[in-house]
Amino acid sequence: MHALANPARFLRFARPATTWLLLVGLVLAVGGMAAGLTLTPPDYLQGETVRILYIHVPAAWLGMAGWLGIAGASVSQLVWRHPLAAVAGRATAPAGATFAAICLTTGSIWGRPTWGTWWEWDGRLTSMLILFFLYLGYIALASAERERGGEGRIAAIYGLVGAINLPVIHYSVLWWRTLHQGQSITVTGSSIDSSILWPLPLTMAGFTCLFGAAVLMRMRAELAEAKVEARLRRMSA
Amino acid sequence: MNPWPFVIAAYGAAIALTAALLLWAHGSMRRAEAAADALKRK
Repeated sequence: MHALANPARFLRFARPATTWLLLVGLVLAVGGMAAGLTLTPPDYLQGETVRILYIHVPAAWLGMAGWLGIAGASVSQLVWRHPLAAVAGRATAPAGATFAAICLTTGSIWGRPTWGTWWEWDGRLTSMLILFFLYLGYIALASAERERGGEGRIAAIYGLVGAINLPVIHYSVLWWRTLHQGQSITVTGSSIDSSILWPLPLTMAGFTCLFGAAVLMRMRAELAEAKVEARLRRMSA
Repeated sequence: MNPWPFVIAAYGAAIALTAALLLWAHGSMRRAEAAADALKRK
């Protein structure tokens, strides 16, 4: 992390990394989705709708991982004053918000044929919706702070406080046993049959690479905008 | 209930939102880097 504190050094890493993440992400995500739609059998209970798993689970993972990234950037900024930490936090938020929105949308669509409802104020669904609103709040706060020339410390504190919602999302299916199913995939194994499960690692890796590419592209855009602003200030002085 | 319209709608939404994110991020990066390069050449 500290080796990339210098923006010039970061850009030397970020330029090729963006291209590779985009290419690998597209291949894995498209391959995984195609396999999930055509090569796996239907579930004995859910039938064909189980195929929504291959996009819903990566979106849920990235919605939460995005905020974990914001929390990490916030610590890095508040403790070590890492020069790219605020940029990384601001760049991560739109990608995290997008995947939280994908998770909510695909979950709602999956819920209609499976549960008979588009939405229920269940613990998992509600905490995920709160995460989406937290992202919107972070985006608004961080951009307002940047426009006023702040260092992004208020947004960093907000990022840390918002991280309280992550364990709530994770354990919501254990704390409140309502509509959303319990954990199917844990560190010790999975209750999903391997004939259905195998494309999931492909889409998980693919969408994670695309998420990484989006974050790097936003960081490069922010650094270039900062360079333009600094140069214009020097020219007008 | 035919499940395929739900499956197609879910994949369509996921692909459209991911593509929108990537296109927006790529476009903003290209514009910002082009502006920085143009200013450097001045």
